[in-house]
Amino acid sequence: MSRGLDRARAALIALLTATAAGSLLMILAGAAPAAVWRALVASALGDGYGVGQVLFRATPLVFTGLAVAVPRRAGLFNIGGEGQLATGALAAAVVAAGLPADVSGWVAVPAALVAAMAGGGMLGAITGALRVCRGTHEVVVAILLNFIVAGVMLWLGNRWLFVGEATRTATIVDGATLPSLGLAGSSASVSVVGAVLAAGVVAWVFARTTVGFTWRAVGTGRAAARAAGLPVRRAQISAMAVGGALAGLAGAHFVLGHKHAFETGLGRGAGFVGVAVALLAQGDALAMIASALVFAILAQGGLGVAATVPKEMFDVLQAVVMLVVAASLGRRARR
Amino acid sequence: MTAVLVSLLTVGFAAQVVRIAIPYVLAALGGTLAERSGVVDLALEAKLLLGAFAAAVVTYETGSIALGIVAAAAAGVAVAAVQAVWSLHLGADQVVTGIALNLGAYGVTRYLLGVRYGQGANSPRIDGLGVGVIASPITWLAAAAAAVIVVGFTWTRLGLRVRAVGERPEAVAAAGVSVVRVRWAALVIGGAVAGLGGAQLSLSTDGFVSEMSGGRGYVALVAVIMSGWRPGRAALLCLAFGCADALQVQLQTQGAGVPAELMQLLPYATALVLLAVWPRRAGQPSALGKPSP
Amino acid sequence: MTAPILRVRASRRFGERVALADASLEVAAGSVHAVVGENGAGKSTLMKIVYGLVRADHGELEIGGQPLPLAHHSVAQAQALGVGMVHQHGMLVPTLTLAENAALGHEPGRAGWLDRRAAGRALVAAAARLGQTLDPDARAGDLTVGEQQRAELAMVAARASRLLILDEPTALLAPVEVDALLDMLTAIAAGGGAVVLVTHKLDEVVRVAGEITVLRGGRTVAGWSTSVTAAEIARAMVGGQPPPHPERAPAPSADAAPGLAVRELVAPGPGGGGVRGVSLAVRAGEVVGVAGVEGNGQRELALAIAGLGAVSAGTVAIGGADATHLSVAARRALGLAVIPEDRHRHGLLGDATVADNVLLGRLPELRRGVTIDRAGLADLTAQLLERHDVRPADPAALAGALSGGNQQKLVVARELERPGLRAVLAVHPTRGVDLAAVVRIHAALRAAAVGGAAVLVMSADLDELMTVCHRVVVMHRGHVAGELAGIALAGSDARTRLGAWMVGAS
Repeated sequence: MSRGLDRARAALIALLTATAAGSLLMILAGAAPAAVWRALVASALGDGYGVGQVLFRATPLVFTGLAVAVPRRAGLFNIGGEGQLATGALAAAVVAAGLPADVSGWVAVPAALVAAMAGGGMLGAITGALRVCRGTHEVVVAILLNFIVAGVMLWLGNRWLFVGEATRTATIVDGATLPSLGLAGSSASVSVVGAVLAAGVVAWVFARTTVGFTWRAVGTGRAAARAAGLPVRRAQISAMAVGGALAGLAGAHFVLGHKHAFETGLGRGAGFVGVAVALLAQGDALAMIASALVFAILAQGGLGVAATVPKEMFDVLQAVVMLVVAASLGRRARR
Repeated sequence: MTAVLVSLLTVGFAAQVVRIAIPYVLAALGGTLAERSGVVDLALEAKLLLGAFAAAVVTYETGSIALGIVAAAAAGVAVAAVQAVWSLHLGADQVVTGIALNLGAYGVTRYLLGVRYGQGANSPRIDGLGVGVIASPITWLAAAAAAVIVVGFTWTRLGLRVRAVGERPEAVAAAGVSVVRVRWAALVIGGAVAGLGGAQLSLSTDGFVSEMSGGRGYVALVAVIMSGWRPGRAALLCLAFGCADALQVQLQTQGAGVPAELMQLLPYATALVLLAVWPRRAGQPSALGKPSP
Repeated sequence: MTAPILRVRASRRFGERVALADASLEVAAGSVHAVVGENGAGKSTLMKIVYGLVRADHGELEIGGQPLPLAHHSVAQAQALGVGMVHQHGMLVPTLTLAENAALGHEPGRAGWLDRRAAGRALVAAAARLGQTLDPDARAGDLTVGEQQRAELAMVAARASRLLILDEPTALLAPVEVDALLDMLTAIAAGGGAVVLVTHKLDEVVRVAGEITVLRGGRTVAGWSTSVTAAEIARAMVGGQPPPHPERAPAPSADAAPGLAVRELVAPGPGGGGVRGVSLAVRAGEVVGVAGVEGNGQRELALAIAGLGAVSAGTVAIGGADATHLSVAARRALGLAVIPEDRHRHGLLGDATVADNVLLGRLPELRRGVTIDRAGLADLTAQLLERHDVRPADPAALAGALSGGNQQKLVVARELERPGLRAVLAVHPTRGVDLAAVVRIHAALRAAAVGGAAVLVMSADLDELMTVCHRVVVMHRGHVAGELAGIALAGSDARTRLGAWMVGAS
């Protein structure tokens, strides 16, 4: 139980430090922190639209947070969320636009989701396989893949997929769209439910299944897991593949629930924020939802006060949260 | 095609290679130092970016390129100092720390540009060093840094201690030498060198552009790994990356028929393919990534 | 009577564990002083405090009559006062040359430069004083363990003008090498300095030590500066308890089928070592021991049987089935159980609960489709903890928080109580565990044999092998150098014969 308390305390310290760091940045920008924080929260949570946008922003973060958390439990770091998200988004868009116009949602949505998971999962699996079979550092590989994927997407789009003058693919069929929640004109869609579901499934997998146990065992003691006959390599590759698939789902969220097409730059940054989300939640799948909401509030509220404080404050605070959690986890490990 | 090949043999192209390679070379040298001391240096990207930022802003504000260069090195040291405190004193995960610093560097530079100049995309235009190579002090600083680090690894007291501390820190402690101090020294020197590489980015162009490090820090780390953590080889590999990058620019400007979107990927794709086919991890410091005792 | 060279009294805790409870030690000039005790008695910790490598919680320290506040003590200060220490597993950096290793911390040269030639010359000279020759430009990692140790001794002895501490220096050496080392120590002490020899090998103590201090449970419990018998020292080490008399399992029938067998096995090891052609069959119900100086192929043999190491020729069979090319999981399915050498790395997940650690070795039994039989796991865990007296008997406790003995009991319980057990490989099963746990672990190994498993035990402790095994083989340079069984193993010369094989005498 004390572990749970330790985690909660680390998260709390991270949030307090982020608040202090944010205040400092606001002072640097010549603004009064108290007023800015109030405006920020009001803009994020003050009305239906704000709340809807927070939910909309939190949805992909739950997925990208899980995309980091699952491999991390198995001892690998998935920093490839950006590329996996983009690949998933493009795959979902291409499949969902290629279906017959009158296809049922019960076929179209699963087909697009599977495409998104396959696209992201493939990148994750490549990263994991290179790590396991060639010993290459998964962080370096994933970053390089992020750059490569961005270029390849642009090339594929310009060459074949983009319609007209825009850097945008054809609109997906109606059946594949996820209905909006209709929250005061916000972008929130039913993909919110998908995110909650995904977090629940991941929590269940870790608590109850053999795969989840194998991942955990490999993550806490690779050598011991190997000596016990667990399939260490397969577990690490599959954890990265599942991580990639989850990031791919974040891409599907943007395509099916929001833009109804793939666009260059769609969901950019959500992959990296996922790292911070996962760290703040410290691997706990259910805490991921709360953690995603915190970052969504910061991002949404940050837009509301962008006139006084540059919106990049969000990126800095995200790094601060990561650093503080890393420091408190390190201290705990040393005790 | 012949025209392309001929253009590669010119002095101009060689100068281009050197100019492009310098940030890679300096980042890789800095990274080799840090990693040989046992600290995973994923923050090279942050050191390059903040170095580029500091060089441009300080040059713009003071009008002195020399001060800009010093500021770039200082920015690299600042990043290294955070890394040192986090990994050596707080026992934090070195990979997470590095990634956080890289993401934070993107945000901090844009934020500060926004606060100071009203927009986050780039710094005001500066009269930097231009594209000249021979006349650029950074070229000579880079050459000096490479020579000092390569020679220093074998022939100086600190070099010996750095090599020992990344391999078997408990042996260094048992010899009465502070492990943490040696790692601090390696990180600080490595940070200054990598920060200097950032100066090349912004001073050889017209100023700082957001995200201008563009993954070079990671590519440099690939060179460190592929060199077997040997500074001389890492620097040479970076020259090869510079070659690939310059080739890519050359081919694009001359329109060699390969799509521009794919040409730009050449450095990343080269790095990835080389990394994947390279023999595994020979020469990796044994204590790399492990918390200080 | 001159003042002692060293006087120390210290206490130290590591978390919950008390390593030293006001232990004290006094060493006179010109003597070889043995500090003896069982594993975990606090010997190493006390000497590391003297050397400044571990900080004492409180206590007093005097070197050469000079009182030194323990709170500010450091390795640099100890070295400045002429104290040197040779550590149990050596402290050479394998990637550096011997000269570089010798220079580390005292680099010759000006203004931050390293005078590599001066460093080499100094080392060669230091070695010559001990009658050795060595190549200062050889990479430490390329040398044998014995060569490394001699080089390190030369490096340390050259600086340790007052006090030379050696922590278990003979653990990795063959008996002839031990003789040479002990002679060297006597010579150093005769030169006016003092030598502290930390060991648990009583025959060495009796041979060279003029003074003896015994530690037990972090306290100083006895000391002599006169001649004393090994039996007296042993009594002090174990605290008057009679050493346990485990019974051997009943002899297996001569026609029992082999449960674990290797044939013509070749398994490469570092530096051309490893297993170089070993055939060995353990019958069902039999306990066979493997003895040998560390580094003679035992580790590679264990890895090859467990399925974790390379096999370049020959076969491994478990329960009569060829397992040479099977995965670890498939070997376990054939009925192989392993108690690994390094339980922290290979036996347990320190950061996971006790229940998860049971699951680690029992996943095939507790698998229900894709999920885990959690009720079954809870039952099994409770049973194992109770039957093997693992304390605390809390399935939710972290395995890493258990004491060494309880961790090992947990591994033994999980591995040896597996259904369908055919073969057991136990590597150093009682290393570093308390006496009560030793008794239980031996009992569990016996029970496994009685239950029909073939049991192979590897140990550095000849006494352990001679008490639990029906048969002991000795490995030397990757081959089986000799074998004693039955009455011969109980004979009064068994020890001598095994010892001779260990150094390659035929």
